[in-house]
Amino acid sequence: MSNKTDIANAATHAATSSGADKSRDEAALLPPVDVIEDAGGITLYADMPGVPRERLHLQVEGDTLTIEGELALSVPEGMEASHAEVNLARYRRVFTLSRELDAGKVNAKLEHGVLTLRIPKAEHAQPRRIEVQIA
Amino acid sequence: MYARSLFPRDVFVELDRLQREMQQAFDVGPTIRGLTRGYPALNVGGTPTAVDIFAFAPGLDPANLDVQFEKGTLTIAGERKAPEVPEKATVHIGERFAGRFRRVVSLPEDVDPNAIQASYRDGVLHVRIQRKEEAQPRRIAIQ
Repeated sequence: MSNKTDIANAATHAATSSGADKSRDEAALLPPVDVIEDAGGITLYADMPGVPRERLHLQVEGDTLTIEGELALSVPEGMEASHAEVNLARYRRVFTLSRELDAGKVNAKLEHGVLTLRIPKAEHAQPRRIEVQIA
Repeated sequence: MYARSLFPRDVFVELDRLQREMQQAFDVGPTIRGLTRGYPALNVGGTPTAVDIFAFAPGLDPANLDVQFEKGTLTIAGERKAPEVPEKATVHIGERFAGRFRRVVSLPEDVDPNAIQASYRDGVLHVRIQRKEEAQPRRIAIQ
């Protein structure tokens, strides 16, 4: 009986540690990014070659945006690497968002290993043209 | 530099990266074309039957990617366009590579120039070159 609870505990432990905590400890490559801001919001491009859609994890927690992805390469069995410039299988980068950005409306696209994020500004922060009425 | 600090980076990741780069810098002498931060980054590996080259070249149209094999060297060349910056927009961080690139890998002598396959998936170009049949290890049957 006690054995069983141990396993259950271990399982929950494994489940929680496989989340953000564990990944934070693991070494990761820093994907290069471009961040461009226009009147309507921010566009972020991140180079994450080798990451398929299902291994990309985007998270917004409070004002923290975390971009994370795992590489999935079709490496042939028994291959010996003779030269490796990409020597980790994970990308990670964390950004702090500012208050005027609407984190709930982030639009993400992953194409040919480039992640494109569009983070619009909240409605109240959008520039507005005020019509001047002629009296 | 001030503009970049608007988006603080993960300090621990940065330290990790710094440490790795230091290691790389001390392991092998830096080449004349700089450290290993070229675009695209290359991983090369081999099996007894083939040589595999992975070029981490995100954001390309495969039609504009030029892969050539000549005199035992493989050349990967192309051009990557910078993202469109709308008028009145501000570039806060611009780290991604843009422009023409060219990387050359010299291959072992036993590869077969007629058996090259190239595929582009998730921004990674994978070139596989089979080794020549006569160079592959084989078992000799004893009569």
